[in-house]
Amino acid sequence: MSAAPFLTVRELSAVFPDKNGGLRALDEVSFEVYPREFVCVLGPSGSGKSTILRILAGLLAPTAGEVIFSAGPQPKIGMVFQEANLMPWRSVIKNLTLPLELAGLETEAAREKAGDMMDLVGLDGFEEYWPRDLSGGMAQRVAIARALIHDPDLLLLDEPFGSLDALTRERMWTELSHIWQAKQKTVLMVTHSISEALFLADRVLVLTQRPGKVKLDLEVELPRPRKEEIRYTPQFGRLARKLKKAIG
Amino acid sequence: MEPKHLRSLTTTTGRNWLGLASLAAGILAWWAAARFGGLPAFILPSPIQVWMRFVRALTDGSLFLHAGVTLFEILIGLLVGALSATVLGYLVAKSRTLERVLSPYLVASQAVPLVAIAPLLVIWFGPGMFSKVLICALIVFFPVLVNTVVGVRAVPTALHNLMLSLRATPRQILLKLEIPAALPVFLGGLRIGATLSVIGAVIGEFVGADKGLGFLINVGRGQFDTALVFVAVFTLIALALVLYGIVALAERRFLVWQDTN
Repeated sequence: MSAAPFLTVRELSAVFPDKNGGLRALDEVSFEVYPREFVCVLGPSGSGKSTILRILAGLLAPTAGEVIFSAGPQPKIGMVFQEANLMPWRSVIKNLTLPLELAGLETEAAREKAGDMMDLVGLDGFEEYWPRDLSGGMAQRVAIARALIHDPDLLLLDEPFGSLDALTRERMWTELSHIWQAKQKTVLMVTHSISEALFLADRVLVLTQRPGKVKLDLEVELPRPRKEEIRYTPQFGRLARKLKKAIG
Repeated sequence: MEPKHLRSLTTTTGRNWLGLASLAAGILAWWAAARFGGLPAFILPSPIQVWMRFVRALTDGSLFLHAGVTLFEILIGLLVGALSATVLGYLVAKSRTLERVLSPYLVASQAVPLVAIAPLLVIWFGPGMFSKVLICALIVFFPVLVNTVVGVRAVPTALHNLMLSLRATPRQILLKLEIPAALPVFLGGLRIGATLSVIGAVIGEFVGADKGLGFLINVGRGQFDTALVFVAVFTLIALALVLYGIVALAERRFLVWQDTN
Protein backbone atom coordinates (compact mmCIF):
# COMPACT_ATOMS: atom_id res chain seq x y z
CA MET A 1 0.00 0.00 0.00
CA SER A 2 1.53 3.25 -1.13
CA ALA A 3 -1.21 5.77 -0.28
CA ALA A 4 -1.30 7.70 2.96
CA PRO A 5 -2.87 5.72 5.80
CA PHE A 6 -6.58 6.23 6.40
CA LEU A 7 -6.14 5.57 10.07
CA THR A 8 -3.09 5.79 12.29
CA VAL A 9 -3.14 4.37 15.78
CA ARG A 10 -0.14 5.50 17.81
CA GLU A 11 0.95 3.97 21.12
CA LEU A 12 -2.58 3.44 22.28
CA SER A 13 -2.95 2.34 25.90
CA ALA A 14 -6.07 1.65 27.85
CA VAL A 15 -6.25 1.06 31.60
CA PHE A 16 -9.53 0.23 33.29
CA PRO A 17 -9.62 1.30 36.93
CA ASP A 18 -9.89 -1.52 39.45
CA LYS A 19 -8.79 -2.26 43.02
CA ASN A 20 -5.17 -3.18 42.24
CA GLY A 21 -3.97 -0.14 40.36
CA GLY A 22 -5.93 -0.64 37.15
CA LEU A 23 -6.40 -3.35 34.58
CA ARG A 24 -4.16 -2.81 31.57
CA ALA A 25 -6.18 -3.78 28.49
CA LEU A 26 -3.93 -2.28 25.82
CA ASP A 27 -0.24 -1.49 26.00
CA GLU A 28 1.13 0.94 23.42
CA VAL A 29 -0.59 -0.53 20.41
CA SER A 30 0.44 1.04 17.10
CA PHE A 31 -0.72 0.23 13.59
CA GLU A 32 -1.95 1.80 10.40
CA VAL A 33 -4.91 1.04 8.17
CA TYR A 34 -4.93 2.12 4.54
CA PRO A 35 -7.93 3.24 2.50
CA ARG A 36 -10.20 0.38 1.39
CA GLU A 37 -8.17 -2.12 3.34
CA PHE A 38 -9.76 -5.00 5.23
CA VAL A 39 -7.80 -5.49 8.44
CA CYS A 40 -8.50 -8.17 11.00
CA VAL A 41 -7.40 -7.93 14.63
CA LEU A 42 -6.82 -11.40 15.96
CA GLY A 43 -6.05 -12.37 19.50
CA PRO A 44 -6.97 -14.53 22.46
CA SER A 45 -9.95 -13.44 24.52
CA GLY A 46 -9.03 -10.71 26.94
CA SER A 47 -6.37 -9.28 24.64
CA GLY A 48 -8.16 -5.94 24.36
CA LYS A 49 -9.32 -6.44 20.76
CA SER A 50 -12.74 -5.01 21.39
CA THR A 51 -11.25 -2.17 23.41
CA ILE A 52 -9.49 -0.96 20.24
CA LEU A 53 -12.80 -0.87 18.37
CA ARG A 54 -14.55 0.87 21.23
CA ILE A 55 -11.89 3.58 21.24
CA LEU A 56 -12.08 3.99 17.45
CA ALA A 57 -15.89 4.23 17.64
CA GLY A 58 -15.62 6.99 20.22
CA LEU A 59 -17.29 4.91 22.92
CA LEU A 60 -14.22 4.94 25.12
CA ALA A 61 -11.40 7.43 25.69
CA PRO A 62 -7.87 5.95 25.59
CA THR A 63 -5.65 6.34 28.64
CA ALA A 64 -2.71 7.31 26.43
CA GLY A 65 -1.80 7.47 22.78
CA GLU A 66 -3.68 8.84 19.84
CA VAL A 67 -5.92 7.95 16.94
CA ILE A 68 -5.58 9.95 13.73
CA PHE A 69 -8.13 9.73 10.93
CA SER A 70 -7.13 11.27 7.61
CA ALA A 71 -10.84 11.87 6.90
CA GLY A 72 -11.11 14.38 9.76
CA PRO A 73 -11.60 14.27 13.50
CA GLN A 74 -14.99 12.52 13.44
CA PRO A 75 -15.30 10.04 10.61
CA LYS A 76 -18.65 8.42 9.92
CA ILE A 77 -18.64 5.00 11.51
CA GLY A 78 -20.63 1.89 10.86
CA MET A 79 -20.40 -0.69 13.62
CA VAL A 80 -21.52 -4.29 13.89
CA PHE A 81 -21.48 -5.99 17.27
CA GLN A 82 -21.42 -9.61 18.31
CA GLU A 83 -25.19 -9.47 18.74
CA ALA A 84 -27.31 -7.96 15.99
CA ASN A 85 -28.55 -5.25 18.38
CA LEU A 86 -31.69 -4.49 16.45
CA MET A 87 -34.32 -2.37 18.14
CA PRO A 88 -37.18 -4.79 18.82
CA TRP A 89 -39.80 -2.04 18.51
CA ARG A 90 -38.75 -1.17 14.95
CA SER A 91 -39.53 -3.18 11.85
CA VAL A 92 -36.57 -4.48 9.85
CA ILE A 93 -36.74 -1.58 7.42
CA LYS A 94 -36.96 0.99 10.23
CA ASN A 95 -33.95 -0.59 11.92
CA LEU A 96 -32.09 -0.35 8.66
CA THR A 97 -32.85 3.33 8.13
CA LEU A 98 -31.97 4.34 11.70
CA PRO A 99 -28.54 5.79 10.81
CA LEU A 100 -30.11 7.90 8.03
CA GLU A 101 -32.85 9.04 10.38
CA LEU A 102 -30.27 10.12 12.95
CA ALA A 103 -28.43 12.05 10.25
CA GLY A 104 -31.69 13.85 9.43
CA LEU A 105 -32.14 12.38 5.98
CA GLU A 106 -35.65 12.58 4.56
CA THR A 107 -37.49 9.29 4.67
CA GLU A 108 -38.24 8.93 0.95
CA ALA A 109 -34.55 8.87 -0.01
CA ALA A 110 -33.87 6.71 3.02
CA ARG A 111 -36.47 4.13 1.93
CA GLU A 112 -34.92 3.94 -1.52
CA LYS A 113 -31.46 3.41 -0.13
CA ALA A 114 -32.78 0.84 2.31
CA GLY A 115 -34.32 -1.07 -0.60
CA ASP A 116 -30.91 -1.31 -2.28
CA MET A 117 -29.30 -2.49 0.95
CA MET A 118 -31.99 -5.12 1.50
CA ASP A 119 -31.12 -6.40 -1.96
CA LEU A 120 -27.42 -6.41 -1.21
CA VAL A 121 -27.77 -8.50 1.93
CA GLY A 122 -30.46 -10.73 0.39
CA LEU A 123 -33.35 -9.78 2.67
CA ASP A 124 -35.79 -8.57 0.02
CA GLY A 125 -39.35 -9.08 1.21
CA PHE A 126 -38.57 -8.95 4.94
CA GLU A 127 -38.97 -5.15 5.23
CA GLU A 128 -42.00 -5.17 7.51
CA TYR A 129 -40.93 -8.08 9.72
CA TRP A 130 -40.28 -7.58 13.43
CA PRO A 131 -36.74 -8.44 14.57
CA ARG A 132 -38.19 -11.21 16.79
CA ASP A 133 -39.23 -13.05 13.62
CA LEU A 134 -35.70 -13.17 12.15
CA SER A 135 -33.13 -15.94 12.53
CA GLY A 136 -29.72 -15.10 13.98
CA GLY A 137 -28.10 -14.96 10.55
CA MET A 138 -30.83 -12.75 9.10
CA ALA A 139 -30.67 -10.37 12.05
CA GLN A 140 -26.91 -10.09 11.67
CA ARG A 141 -27.31 -9.32 7.96
CA VAL A 142 -29.69 -6.50 8.87
CA ALA A 143 -27.03 -5.27 11.31
CA ILE A 144 -24.39 -5.31 8.57
CA ALA A 145 -26.69 -3.50 6.17
CA ARG A 146 -27.46 -0.93 8.87
CA ALA A 147 -23.75 -0.36 9.42
CA LEU A 148 -23.31 0.39 5.72
CA ILE A 149 -26.43 2.35 4.83
CA HIS A 150 -25.14 5.80 5.79
CA ASP A 151 -22.03 5.25 3.68
CA PRO A 152 -19.56 5.29 6.58
CA ASP A 153 -15.86 6.07 6.21
CA LEU A 154 -14.92 3.16 8.42
CA LEU A 155 -16.63 -0.12 9.16
CA LEU A 156 -15.92 -1.61 12.58
CA LEU A 157 -16.86 -5.24 13.09
CA ASP A 158 -16.66 -6.64 16.61
CA GLU A 159 -16.79 -10.45 16.27
CA PRO A 160 -19.90 -10.01 14.14
CA PHE A 161 -20.41 -13.71 13.56
CA GLY A 162 -19.50 -14.86 17.05
CA SER A 163 -23.05 -15.76 18.01
CA LEU A 164 -23.89 -17.64 14.80
CA ASP A 165 -23.68 -21.37 14.20
CA ALA A 166 -20.71 -22.65 12.20
CA LEU A 167 -22.55 -23.17 8.90
CA THR A 168 -24.24 -19.77 8.95
CA ARG A 169 -20.98 -18.15 9.94
CA GLU A 170 -19.13 -19.53 6.92
CA ARG A 171 -21.93 -18.44 4.60
CA MET A 172 -21.69 -14.97 6.11
CA TRP A 173 -17.95 -14.82 5.33
CA THR A 174 -18.67 -15.16 1.63
CA GLU A 175 -21.47 -12.63 1.83
CA LEU A 176 -19.41 -10.12 3.75
CA SER A 177 -16.59 -10.48 1.30
CA HIS A 178 -19.03 -9.81 -1.59
CA ILE A 179 -20.42 -6.77 0.20
CA TRP A 180 -16.95 -5.48 0.92
CA GLN A 181 -15.97 -5.85 -2.71
CA ALA A 182 -19.14 -4.06 -3.84
CA LYS A 183 -18.80 -1.19 -1.34
CA GLN A 184 -15.01 -0.83 -1.12
CA LYS A 185 -14.99 0.24 2.50
CA THR A 186 -12.13 0.44 4.96
CA VAL A 187 -12.84 -2.32 7.46
CA LEU A 188 -11.40 -3.15 10.84
CA MET A 189 -12.68 -6.42 12.19
CA VAL A 190 -12.04 -8.12 15.50
CA THR A 191 -12.15 -11.89 15.60
CA HIS A 192 -10.65 -14.87 17.37
CA SER A 193 -11.01 -17.18 14.39
CA ILE A 194 -7.90 -17.69 12.27
CA SER A 195 -9.88 -18.98 9.27
CA GLU A 196 -12.23 -16.03 9.43
CA ALA A 197 -9.34 -13.57 9.49
CA LEU A 198 -7.51 -15.23 6.60
CA PHE A 199 -10.63 -15.64 4.49
CA LEU A 200 -11.64 -11.99 4.78
CA ALA A 201 -8.63 -9.80 5.48
CA ASP A 202 -5.90 -8.10 3.48
CA ARG A 203 -3.85 -7.90 6.63
CA VAL A 204 -4.04 -9.55 10.03
CA LEU A 205 -2.80 -7.98 13.26
CA VAL A 206 -2.14 -10.44 16.06
CA LEU A 207 -2.43 -9.13 19.61
CA THR A 208 -0.73 -10.69 22.62
CA GLN A 209 -2.41 -11.73 25.84
CA ARG A 210 -3.45 -8.82 28.09
CA PRO A 211 -2.15 -6.19 28.06
CA GLY A 212 -2.54 -6.34 24.30
CA LYS A 213 0.40 -5.46 22.08
CA VAL A 214 0.76 -5.97 18.34
CA LYS A 215 2.82 -9.14 17.99
CA LEU A 216 2.54 -9.82 14.27
CA ASP A 217 1.41 -7.80 11.25
CA LEU A 218 0.78 -10.29 8.45
CA GLU A 219 -0.10 -9.50 4.82
CA VAL A 220 -2.62 -12.03 3.49
CA GLU A 221 -1.53 -12.53 -0.09
CA LEU A 222 -4.40 -14.69 -1.20
CA PRO A 223 -6.09 -13.93 -4.53
CA ARG A 224 -9.54 -12.34 -4.57
CA PRO A 225 -12.39 -13.04 -4.90
CA ARG A 226 -11.87 -15.81 -2.39
CA LYS A 227 -14.03 -18.88 -2.51
CA GLU A 228 -14.60 -21.42 0.21
CA GLU A 229 -12.10 -23.83 -1.41
CA ILE A 230 -9.27 -21.42 -0.68
CA ARG A 231 -9.26 -22.68 2.86
CA TYR A 232 -7.93 -26.04 1.67
CA THR A 233 -4.93 -24.64 -0.26
CA PRO A 234 -1.38 -25.06 1.08
CA GLN A 235 -0.90 -21.29 1.02
CA PHE A 236 -3.85 -20.82 3.34
CA GLY A 237 -2.48 -23.52 5.61
CA ARG A 238 0.95 -21.88 5.78
CA LEU A 239 -0.55 -18.52 6.75
CA ALA A 240 -2.81 -20.18 9.29
CA ARG A 241 0.14 -21.90 10.89
CA LYS A 242 2.02 -18.59 11.16
CA LEU A 243 -0.95 -16.96 12.87
CA LYS A 244 -1.45 -19.91 15.17
CA LYS A 245 2.19 -19.73 16.24
CA ALA A 246 1.94 -16.00 16.90
CA ILE A 247 -1.16 -16.41 19.06
CA GLY A 248 0.64 -19.15 20.97
CA MET B 1 -47.47 -19.91 12.93
CA GLU B 2 -51.02 -19.79 11.63
CA PRO B 3 -52.43 -22.66 13.68
CA LYS B 4 -50.90 -21.29 16.89
CA HIS B 5 -52.60 -17.93 16.35
CA LEU B 6 -55.91 -19.57 15.59
CA ARG B 7 -55.74 -21.72 18.65
CA SER B 8 -54.96 -18.82 20.98
CA LEU B 9 -57.85 -16.88 19.42
CA THR B 10 -60.37 -19.61 20.01
CA THR B 11 -59.23 -20.22 23.56
CA THR B 12 -59.49 -16.51 24.45
CA THR B 13 -63.02 -16.23 23.06
CA GLY B 14 -63.86 -19.42 24.95
CA ARG B 15 -62.58 -17.82 28.13
CA ASN B 16 -64.61 -14.67 27.47
CA TRP B 17 -67.79 -16.71 27.28
CA LEU B 18 -66.89 -18.44 30.50
CA GLY B 19 -66.29 -15.08 32.15
CA LEU B 20 -69.68 -13.72 31.06
CA ALA B 21 -71.44 -16.87 32.20
CA SER B 22 -69.73 -16.67 35.60
CA LEU B 23 -70.76 -13.01 35.93
CA ALA B 24 -74.37 -13.86 35.10
CA ALA B 25 -74.32 -16.66 37.67
CA GLY B 26 -72.97 -14.25 40.28
CA ILE B 27 -75.77 -11.74 39.67
CA LEU B 28 -78.30 -14.56 39.80
CA ALA B 29 -76.91 -15.72 43.14
CA TRP B 30 -77.08 -12.13 44.45
CA TRP B 31 -80.69 -11.87 43.30
CA ALA B 32 -81.54 -15.18 44.95
CA ALA B 33 -79.87 -14.14 48.22
CA ALA B 34 -81.82 -10.86 48.27
CA ARG B 35 -85.10 -12.50 47.26
CA PHE B 36 -85.01 -15.55 49.53
CA GLY B 37 -82.47 -14.57 52.18
CA GLY B 38 -84.97 -12.64 54.26
CA LEU B 39 -82.66 -9.61 54.54
CA PRO B 40 -84.13 -6.10 54.49
CA ALA B 41 -83.36 -3.94 51.45
CA PHE B 42 -81.15 -1.57 53.51
CA ILE B 43 -78.84 -4.51 54.20
CA LEU B 44 -78.90 -6.19 50.81
CA PRO B 45 -80.89 -4.63 47.99
CA SER B 46 -81.68 -6.88 45.05
CA PRO B 47 -80.10 -6.30 41.64
CA ILE B 48 -83.43 -5.00 40.38
CA GLN B 49 -83.69 -2.42 43.18
CA VAL B 50 -80.13 -1.32 42.48
CA TRP B 51 -80.93 -1.01 38.79
CA MET B 52 -83.99 1.13 39.53
CA ARG B 53 -81.99 3.32 41.90
CA PHE B 54 -79.38 3.62 39.13
CA VAL B 55 -81.99 4.79 36.62
CA ARG B 56 -83.33 7.33 39.14
CA ALA B 57 -79.86 8.68 39.92
CA LEU B 58 -79.23 8.90 36.21
CA THR B 59 -82.44 10.76 35.37
CA ASP B 60 -82.26 13.26 38.24
CA GLY B 61 -78.71 14.11 37.17
CA SER B 62 -77.10 13.38 40.56
CA LEU B 63 -75.06 10.46 39.25
CA PHE B 64 -73.58 12.52 36.41
CA LEU B 65 -72.73 15.33 38.78
CA HIS B 66 -70.95 13.17 41.35
CA ALA B 67 -69.33 10.81 38.87
CA GLY B 68 -68.16 13.83 36.88
CA VAL B 69 -66.53 15.40 39.93
CA THR B 70 -64.79 12.15 40.86
CA LEU B 71 -63.67 11.53 37.28
CA PHE B 72 -62.29 15.04 37.08
CA GLU B 73 -60.32 14.56 40.32
CA ILE B 74 -59.02 11.21 39.06
CA LEU B 75 -57.94 12.52 35.67
CA ILE B 76 -56.18 15.60 37.00
CA GLY B 77 -54.59 13.59 39.82
CA LEU B 78 -53.48 10.90 37.41
CA LEU B 79 -52.08 13.44 35.00
CA VAL B 80 -50.17 15.40 37.65
CA GLY B 81 -48.98 12.28 39.50
CA ALA B 82 -47.93 10.33 36.42
CA LEU B 83 -46.27 13.31 34.76
CA SER B 84 -44.20 14.33 37.77
CA ALA B 85 -43.32 10.68 38.49
CA THR B 86 -42.17 10.19 34.90
CA VAL B 87 -39.94 13.25 34.87
CA LEU B 88 -38.51 12.56 38.32
CA GLY B 89 -38.15 8.85 37.57
CA TYR B 90 -36.16 9.59 34.44
CA LEU B 91 -33.83 11.92 36.35
CA VAL B 92 -33.41 9.39 39.18
CA ALA B 93 -32.64 6.65 36.66
CA LYS B 94 -29.93 8.82 35.11
CA SER B 95 -28.33 10.13 38.29
CA ARG B 96 -27.17 7.96 41.17
CA THR B 97 -26.56 11.11 43.22
CA LEU B 98 -30.15 12.26 42.82
CA GLU B 99 -31.29 8.75 43.70
CA ARG B 100 -29.33 8.84 46.96
CA VAL B 101 -30.65 12.30 47.82
CA LEU B 102 -34.27 11.41 47.15
CA SER B 103 -34.43 7.79 48.23
CA PRO B 104 -35.27 8.42 51.94
CA TYR B 105 -38.24 10.54 50.87
CA LEU B 106 -39.33 8.07 48.24
CA VAL B 107 -39.18 5.12 50.61
CA ALA B 108 -40.92 7.12 53.36
CA SER B 109 -43.63 8.30 51.00
CA GLN B 110 -44.34 4.69 50.24
CA ALA B 111 -44.28 3.61 53.87
CA VAL B 112 -46.82 6.26 54.93
CA PRO B 113 -50.34 4.86 54.55
CA LEU B 114 -52.11 7.44 52.45
CA VAL B 115 -55.41 6.72 54.15
CA ALA B 116 -53.86 7.89 57.41
CA ILE B 117 -52.59 11.22 56.14
CA ALA B 118 -55.60 11.96 53.95
CA PRO B 119 -57.36 13.80 56.85
CA LEU B 120 -54.24 15.91 57.28
CA LEU B 121 -54.25 16.85 53.62
CA VAL B 122 -57.92 17.78 53.82
CA ILE B 123 -57.22 19.95 56.89
CA TRP B 124 -54.38 21.69 55.09
CA PHE B 125 -55.90 22.10 51.67
CA GLY B 126 -59.62 22.23 52.42
CA PRO B 127 -62.52 19.94 51.57
CA GLY B 128 -62.56 21.09 47.92
CA MET B 129 -61.24 19.37 44.86
CA PHE B 130 -57.61 20.26 45.41
CA SER B 131 -57.04 17.90 48.34
CA LYS B 132 -58.56 14.99 46.35
CA VAL B 133 -56.44 15.70 43.31
CA LEU B 134 -53.42 15.76 45.59
CA ILE B 135 -54.24 12.40 47.22
CA CYS B 136 -54.84 10.92 43.77
CA ALA B 137 -51.54 12.25 42.47
CA LEU B 138 -49.67 10.94 45.51
CA ILE B 139 -51.09 7.44 45.21
CA VAL B 140 -50.32 7.31 41.48
CA PHE B 141 -46.86 8.74 41.92
CA PHE B 142 -44.95 5.80 43.36
CA PRO B 143 -45.77 2.93 41.00
CA VAL B 144 -45.20 5.17 37.98
CA LEU B 145 -41.93 6.44 39.41
CA VAL B 146 -40.60 2.97 40.20
CA ASN B 147 -41.53 1.62 36.80
CA THR B 148 -40.02 4.60 35.02
CA VAL B 149 -36.74 4.09 36.89
CA VAL B 150 -36.72 0.35 36.17
CA GLY B 151 -37.67 0.90 32.51
CA VAL B 152 -35.03 3.54 31.84
CA ARG B 153 -32.33 1.57 33.69
CA ALA B 154 -33.16 -1.51 31.61
CA VAL B 155 -32.32 0.20 28.31
CA PRO B 156 -29.71 -2.15 26.81
CA THR B 157 -26.15 -0.79 26.97
CA ALA B 158 -25.49 -2.36 23.59
CA LEU B 159 -28.19 -0.24 21.96
CA HIS B 160 -26.86 2.79 23.78
CA ASN B 161 -23.43 2.07 22.31
CA LEU B 162 -24.97 1.66 18.89
CA MET B 163 -26.59 5.09 19.15
CA LEU B 164 -23.31 6.64 20.34
CA SER B 165 -21.35 5.04 17.50
CA LEU B 166 -23.84 6.65 15.12
CA ARG B 167 -23.21 10.00 16.85
CA ALA B 168 -26.78 10.32 18.06
CA THR B 169 -27.56 13.49 20.03
CA PRO B 170 -28.87 13.19 23.63
CA ARG B 171 -32.29 14.23 22.32
CA GLN B 172 -32.23 11.44 19.70
CA ILE B 173 -31.15 8.94 22.34
CA LEU B 174 -34.10 10.00 24.50
CA LEU B 175 -36.68 9.92 21.72
CA LYS B 176 -35.53 6.97 19.64
CA LEU B 177 -34.02 4.71 22.28
CA GLU B 178 -34.91 5.44 25.89
CA ILE B 179 -38.61 6.21 25.50
CA PRO B 180 -39.49 3.24 23.27
CA ALA B 181 -37.27 0.89 25.28
CA ALA B 182 -38.77 1.95 28.62
CA LEU B 183 -42.34 2.08 27.35
CA PRO B 184 -43.44 -1.49 28.21
CA VAL B 185 -42.43 -1.24 31.86
CA PHE B 186 -43.65 2.35 32.08
CA LEU B 187 -47.10 1.47 30.78
CA GLY B 188 -47.24 -1.38 33.30
CA GLY B 189 -46.74 1.19 36.05
CA LEU B 190 -49.34 3.48 34.54
CA ARG B 191 -51.84 0.62 34.45
CA ILE B 192 -51.41 0.11 38.20
CA GLY B 193 -51.51 3.87 38.76
CA ALA B 194 -54.76 4.24 36.82
CA THR B 195 -56.62 1.84 39.10
CA LEU B 196 -55.02 3.28 42.23
CA SER B 197 -56.09 6.78 41.25
CA VAL B 198 -59.74 5.79 41.68
CA ILE B 199 -58.98 4.61 45.21
CA GLY B 200 -57.16 7.88 45.91
CA ALA B 201 -60.12 10.02 44.89
CA VAL B 202 -62.55 8.00 47.01
CA ILE B 203 -60.29 8.14 50.07
CA GLY B 204 -60.21 11.92 49.75
CA GLU B 205 -63.97 12.13 49.37
CA PHE B 206 -64.58 9.89 52.37
CA VAL B 207 -62.59 12.20 54.59
CA GLY B 208 -64.49 15.29 53.66
CA ALA B 209 -66.36 16.35 50.57
CA ASP B 210 -69.73 17.58 49.42
CA LYS B 211 -69.53 16.09 45.94
CA GLY B 212 -68.22 12.93 44.30
CA LEU B 213 -68.97 9.22 44.36
CA GLY B 214 -67.26 8.78 47.72
CA PHE B 215 -69.55 11.46 49.12
CA LEU B 216 -72.51 9.68 47.51
CA ILE B 217 -71.56 6.47 49.31
CA ASN B 218 -71.48 8.34 52.61
CA VAL B 219 -74.90 9.87 51.90
CA GLY B 220 -76.38 6.52 50.93
CA ARG B 221 -75.05 4.94 54.11
CA GLY B 222 -76.40 7.74 56.28
CA GLN B 223 -79.88 7.53 54.75
CA PHE B 224 -80.02 3.72 54.73
CA ASP B 225 -80.24 4.06 50.93
CA THR B 226 -78.04 1.02 50.38
CA ALA B 227 -79.07 0.73 46.76
CA LEU B 228 -77.43 4.12 46.20
CA VAL B 229 -74.22 2.82 47.80
CA PHE B 230 -74.28 -0.05 45.32
CA VAL B 231 -74.86 2.35 42.42
CA ALA B 232 -71.87 4.47 43.49
CA VAL B 233 -69.64 1.42 43.97
CA PHE B 234 -70.51 0.01 40.57
CA THR B 235 -69.89 3.39 38.96
CA LEU B 236 -66.45 3.47 40.59
CA ILE B 237 -65.74 -0.02 39.27
CA ALA B 238 -66.78 1.10 35.82
CA LEU B 239 -64.50 4.15 36.02
CA ALA B 240 -61.55 2.01 37.11
CA LEU B 241 -62.19 -0.50 34.34
CA VAL B 242 -62.40 2.21 31.69
CA LEU B 243 -59.13 3.78 32.84
CA TYR B 244 -57.46 0.38 32.97
CA GLY B 245 -58.85 -0.37 29.52
CA ILE B 246 -57.47 2.85 28.07
CA VAL B 247 -53.98 2.00 29.29
CA ALA B 248 -54.34 -1.60 28.09
CA LEU B 249 -55.41 -0.25 24.71
CA ALA B 250 -52.35 1.99 24.61
CA GLU B 251 -50.23 -1.06 25.39
CA ARG B 252 -51.82 -2.98 22.53
CA ARG B 253 -51.30 -0.04 20.21
CA PHE B 254 -47.68 0.80 21.14
CA LEU B 255 -46.32 -2.62 22.00
CA VAL B 256 -47.38 -4.61 18.95
CA TRP B 257 -43.75 -5.51 18.45
CA GLN B 258 -43.70 -7.58 21.63
CA ASP B 259 -44.14 -11.30 21.39
CA THR B 260 -47.46 -11.80 23.09
CA ASN B 261 -47.24 -15.57 23.27
